[in-house]
Amino acid sequence: MNTTTFLQYCLAGISIGGIYAMIAIGYTMVYGILRLINFAHGDIFMMAAYFMIFAMVDFALPWYVSLALVAIATVLLGVFIEKIAYKPLRSAPRMSIMISAIGVSYLLQNLATYLFSALPKGYPQIPFLMTNINLGGISTSVVTFITPILTIIFVVLLMQLINHTKIGMAMRAVSKDFETSQLMGIKINRIISITFVIGCFLAAVGSVLYFTPRPSVYPMAGSLPGLKCFIAAVFGGIGSIPGAVLGGFLIGLCETFIKAAGYSEFSDVFTFLILIVMLLFKPTGLFGEKIAEKV
Amino acid sequence: MSNILEIKNLVVSYGGIEAVKGISMEVPQGQIVTLIGANGAGKSTTLKSISGIVRPKEASILFDGEEMVGKSPDYIVSKGITLVPEGRRVFPNLTVMENLKIGAYLRKDNLKDDLEYVFRLFPRLKEREWQMAGTLSGGEQQMLAVGRALMSKPKLIMMDEPSLGLAPLVVKDIFRIIQTINEEGITVLLIEQNANMALKIAHKAYVIETGKITMEGTGLELLENEEIKEAYLGKSKK
Repeated sequence: MNTTTFLQYCLAGISIGGIYAMIAIGYTMVYGILRLINFAHGDIFMMAAYFMIFAMVDFALPWYVSLALVAIATVLLGVFIEKIAYKPLRSAPRMSIMISAIGVSYLLQNLATYLFSALPKGYPQIPFLMTNINLGGISTSVVTFITPILTIIFVVLLMQLINHTKIGMAMRAVSKDFETSQLMGIKINRIISITFVIGCFLAAVGSVLYFTPRPSVYPMAGSLPGLKCFIAAVFGGIGSIPGAVLGGFLIGLCETFIKAAGYSEFSDVFTFLILIVMLLFKPTGLFGEKIAEKV
Repeated sequence: MSNILEIKNLVVSYGGIEAVKGISMEVPQGQIVTLIGANGAGKSTTLKSISGIVRPKEASILFDGEEMVGKSPDYIVSKGITLVPEGRRVFPNLTVMENLKIGAYLRKDNLKDDLEYVFRLFPRLKEREWQMAGTLSGGEQQMLAVGRALMSKPKLIMMDEPSLGLAPLVVKDIFRIIQTINEEGITVLLIEQNANMALKIAHKAYVIETGKITMEGTGLELLENEEIKEAYLGKSKK
């Protein structure tokens, strides 16, 4: 492997890692606030891809209008799911809400199969994203190049929001203590909705970036990427945003290099192996908080 | 003297079991009222019902003449009722400053004067402004919880066991602060297991037993009462 190919793989790995990071943020934020692993998140990501097909293929809208519509539709879907499937279970045992999330995941997959058939549908191309560019000998497409940049921009904005705004302060408070947050006058349902808005917006962006270089979408297309991003979130320490980002990049890089070494069929095995090893030796993940339940 | 808070026939049940069985009480404007009673008597539940965190089965809770039952906790806070919860419950992952600011979450005006006021009351908090609240000592956390509640500019401040788990000297401090706050015009509704201290500063006191009010009077009256002495003050009737 010479330097150019090595750098090429690095870029590809960071790029797919950036997408994983964006989706992993959705898992980690929802967990941080609701202590819920939102198993439907990967399927929301898949639905975003179908929304794109609707907008660009069926309605033949220009790509920039489509992008805005996809973001809005995905966010609405996520908030709607929260209101219907999670909010009524707010005081139920945690297991119930998790089962509800698994139910929503299957519901979305089957709904997509019913509405759009199980056959793969072609994903629309945004021409300028697929343009080839040459960076000092590394030839790549625009989408591969801008993905990590977009990821970093969004992460920085998100960290600013969480650490330096009133809403962010409320989110941190709610993530620690529902009841006391209410006593401060915080409307917790509103904060939870905002969390879903952010998570689903990032899933929509991730979806466009993920499917653009891929030919087609099918109803199960969100399942495996969703799982990998969940693993990225666990790896980084679920509940921690920097952890999810680091986890996403690491898994993206490892996966790419395993494929480059000629073991494509083992790349997913490896991801799950990471999960098992992490859970065995550091169950709280890289940046996870220690779970010390106070009596 | 007018009552800022009037509770009539408060009944709260948790899963079919009645924790509070028809409490009625009045809190006069500008006074310190205390509610004493053993563990599980229904004291905390009463305060949580006033805050809107617990939905009573039936009740009328009038604050400044306005019905509060069925209102959301944020509405109740915005009307001027605040609760310092049992066990302090400061946000450990927020700095001292942020904890104070979050106390003023619903306010849109300038907080500068109120922050100065809280820091004057609790100079220790000023020193630790940028520290995470989780790293504070128990007494400091209690000060922060009170300061946080004051940041909402309450008319009525309710405190649930503010002396719990604190060293005797710190308890003295906290009670002194409660009196200071009251002298500045804020009505106080105080729940305590430390009945001795609470009755000494209270203008009016209620005794609650297994969900019912069993006695009421001025702080001094109850302090002198033989039954109270035996049950709550640890002094036997010889």
